[in-house]
Amino acid sequence: MAKRPAGTLYRGKIGMWSWVLHRITGVGIYFFLLVHILDTALVRVSPEAYNSVMHVYKTPIVGVAEIGLVGAILFHGFNGIRVVLIDYWRKGSKYQNQMFWVVLAIFVILMAAWIPRQLMHTFGE
Amino acid sequence: MSVVIEQPNQPRSRKGAQWEKRAWIFMRVSGIILIFLILGHLMVNLVLPERGVKSIDFAFVAGKWSSPFWQVYDGIMLWLALIHGTNGMRTLVNDYSEREWVRKTLNVSLWVVAIALVILGTLVITTFDPCIDPDVETYLPNVCKP
Repeated sequence: MAKRPAGTLYRGKIGMWSWVLHRITGVGIYFFLLVHILDTALVRVSPEAYNSVMHVYKTPIVGVAEIGLVGAILFHGFNGIRVVLIDYWRKGSKYQNQMFWVVLAIFVILMAAWIPRQLMHTFGE
Repeated sequence: MSVVIEQPNQPRSRKGAQWEKRAWIFMRVSGIILIFLILGHLMVNLVLPERGVKSIDFAFVAGKWSSPFWQVYDGIMLWLALIHGTNGMRTLVNDYSEREWVRKTLNVSLWVVAIALVILGTLVITTFDPCIDPDVETYLPNVCKP
């Protein structure tokens, strides 16, 4: 059985799965962005039109979905910094695994702050 | 017997390679700027307002866009995010589409959508009228009174 080639960044394990996750979150954010530009454009139609579509964002389902959206943005953003460091920092590819855990730690901390806040807003008064 | 490789990959033209390099750099530069812009956007719109997302309505937007700072901020965010997202989608289309006409069609659609939304968004931000509705009392009691 041939051994896995050494020193590959994007084949197998963290390097690959963070890359997969980067793509999935990117696609999700892209489609949200399209919707978000269109819903914001309603301010040019009428206050009623804008307020009624904003009402959808305040429903429990979308409120909870927004936790996922922000999660996708946070992961994509901080993993993006990791990608830039892999490309430009001399030791970037050597420390790409460690950098992934840093990304994950930042993600967990920010989500721990964000989730209760959003749940309070969504389900509270 | 020799192996015949049909249509080996052609190297990109010099111009094409330049373009790809610039797109690659753009993704990194815009990505870093977008982290700051979007985290700021989320803080100001979703986290800091007392009622979070429930604070956002027409008056909230009108309040923000009465300041050129937020108009420029949102305008830069619109352009960078949409071009960054479109170019990212282009990368995926190039990676995963197998037929040439599918790839071309998807890429053209991506840029058509991007151009249309950048124009729409820019017009919305620059021509925004807080007093668009004659019945302004309910929304902006102070700004729109004659």
